[in-house]
Amino acid sequence: METKDYLDHLEAEAIHIMLEVAGQFERPALLFSGGKDSICLVHLAQKAFKPGKFPFPLVHIDTGHNFPEALDFRDQLVDNIGEKLIVRKVEDTIRKRKLVDASGKFPSRNALQTYTLLDTIEEFEFDVCIGGARRDEEKARAKERIFSVRDDFGQWNPKKQRPEIWDTYNGRINKGENVRAFPISNWTELDIWNYIEREEIELPNIYFTHNRQVVQTDNGQLMAYSEYLNLDDSDHIREGRVRYRTVGDMTCTAAVVSEAHTVRDIIEEIKIAKISERGATRMDDRISEAAMEDRKKNGYF
Amino acid sequence: MDILRFFTAGNVDDGKSTLTGRLLFDSKSISTDIIETITRQSKIKGKDTDLDLALLTDGLRAEREQGITIDVAYKYFSTDKRKFIIADTPGHIQYTRNMFTGASTADVAIILIDIVNGITEQTRRHSIIASILGIPHVLICINKMDLVSYAENAYSDIVDEYKKFANGLNLRNVDYIPVSALEGENIVNRSEKLPWYKGTSLLTYLENVKTLQETMDESRFQIQYVSNFVDPKTNEITRRFIGRILSGTYKNGDLVEVLPEKIATKISSLEKYNRAVEKAHKGDIVALQLSHDIDAGRGNTIVPIHQRSTLTNEIEATICWMDNTPFRPAQKLIIQHLSHTTKAKISEILCKIDIHTNQPDYDHTENMALNEICKVIIRTAEPIAADTFDQNRSTGIFILIDENTNNTVAAGTIFLFR
Ligand SMILES: Nc1nc2c(ncn2[C@@H]2O[C@H](COP(=O)(O)OP(=O)(O)O)[C@@H](O)[C@H]2O)c(=O)[nH]1
Repeated sequence: METKDYLDHLEAEAIHIMLEVAGQFERPALLFSGGKDSICLVHLAQKAFKPGKFPFPLVHIDTGHNFPEALDFRDQLVDNIGEKLIVRKVEDTIRKRKLVDASGKFPSRNALQTYTLLDTIEEFEFDVCIGGARRDEEKARAKERIFSVRDDFGQWNPKKQRPEIWDTYNGRINKGENVRAFPISNWTELDIWNYIEREEIELPNIYFTHNRQVVQTDNGQLMAYSEYLNLDDSDHIREGRVRYRTVGDMTCTAAVVSEAHTVRDIIEEIKIAKISERGATRMDDRISEAAMEDRKKNGYF
Repeated sequence: MDILRFFTAGNVDDGKSTLTGRLLFDSKSISTDIIETITRQSKIKGKDTDLDLALLTDGLRAEREQGITIDVAYKYFSTDKRKFIIADTPGHIQYTRNMFTGASTADVAIILIDIVNGITEQTRRHSIIASILGIPHVLICINKMDLVSYAENAYSDIVDEYKKFANGLNLRNVDYIPVSALEGENIVNRSEKLPWYKGTSLLTYLENVKTLQETMDESRFQIQYVSNFVDPKTNEITRRFIGRILSGTYKNGDLVEVLPEKIATKISSLEKYNRAVEKAHKGDIVALQLSHDIDAGRGNTIVPIHQRSTLTNEIEATICWMDNTPFRPAQKLIIQHLSHTTKAKISEILCKIDIHTNQPDYDHTENMALNEICKVIIRTAEPIAADTFDQNRSTGIFILIDENTNNTVAAGTIFLFR
């Protein structure tokens, strides 16, 4: 009997979860952020459902602070696979709900994006959203189930998590509730890159080394210079040779100095660079261990 | 390289967190920013060592202090040989259901025993849970060997005592390893302080222990999702039944039966990820096309004609009750057998299992509360195509859902058909 690579096991687990989502729910959606994790989800969905159509649209919550390269890549990808994409903008939510926009030197719309997501779920009556979160990202996620039930307000109640035994997923919900499903929960950052290499998955070019105008923050992180920043005289902009380990908003995703040109280069770099992915790149997570758990309780993805 | 899933169990203070921290640290799986944070916390706590390894993984204590939820947390590390998934489970009796959650998918249960305290109530309870869940390997890690100067007789006394206890349980493979998590002895490398010990280090054990071989290779496949593909050129519709092979092997051209209707047909096409294959095995996700136009759907089982599985409306099972609200005889339940759901009823509680002695209790069978383990009779509305857990660890399992609250209220393993 052929022996399986560990990536085959992770892949089959993820696809099994996607099939459970497709089989159990009426109106699923796949949340597409434009980052490598959600690009992998799309790849897995192709393996699961081709030659048939995806039983769900891709949904992108557009904060308005995206890297243009990521948006171009998104449109190209959707074109290639011929699936449906729904885009909803945080800017529209701010206007409609009369919210106060993010401010500060590096304005983050992370909190605002929750409203847009919840409005979108309501608009399309999605009963489940597939997401690319991984348990190795940080401590609160490490405890989250594969099928995570949210209440009317999108809130996660860690005290009321359902037991999840074997790989039997209970997706039954009450009126007003919906589910977030995480097929790649058990993948680490390195697993993702190994999979991208094996499957030859294409990524936006900002994951690889390039020259970019950057601004250094007080704690030493490098932020892409863009029109969304509110800089003052004390900041100086310089050119750096950088790449991104995660791709989120331009205002709150830091770049790392790197000469990695290929996926193989990146894998080698991760193996020796021993800084956790979030520690290196997310400005907003440095606050406290409980920060993430709080944010998730409030409906953040 | 493959994947090994394990969980650690034991008393509070037996050294669970130190042991896991040691494995992660010594296998160089910890990022520098996290080590910095922990070094800082170790100093604040006034630990004499620079680095309190328990802080790497000590979910429980930290969580209690900070008021964060106590639940199973998953951790990952890998060596050149394997990727490891650790389910860090709380050990107290009030968290039995969390332990079930973390342990259910494990290949190995690591049960820690503090050499000074010996076998305790929790050791027994965790071993019984491992036996109910059919965990393929139990590893008894006898910790804090430094406290007895690495003496052989202290170790063998405990091994002998555990063997006697384990005799009464249905454990498949039991192994024993002496370690000192604190001093890192026998964790990654074999310890020179234990010359009398002839086995391997903990990590070597974990890297080499065999993942389960099915005892029964009968072919089992359940439909998870039906996909109708309309060919844009011909407008022809092909129907694919997609799901995971639960056990055994499927071949293109196999004569099969679709259950529960017992319709005979043939596999006319077998695909793995949109590629035609001749053969596929346990664990593979496949899309089947059938020769006849059959109205099969999610939850139906497809088996080779000569490997029929039992269709039954009545099973006997061992279940763990997981809901805060105790079981009520009138409770409306749904059984979820993998991807198949149908209404169900617990018609009788046969006995309760004493979780500390593994003895059946026939006297208190009128109710069932959180964390209790019982043998019950379950009747189902539609027949289910099941195997006993002894025969097939992949298909002899199910969960029960409350029809009103939609909560998962129990998990069980089948031991008999009626
Ligand atoms: N002497 C000695 N102490 C240990 C050993 N392993 C753990 N400890 C200590 O036992 C205490 C409890 O350990 P911890 O890992 O927090 O236990 P847990 O409650 O099972 O997670 C701590 O003070 C550890 O330093 C060991 O091998 N030898």
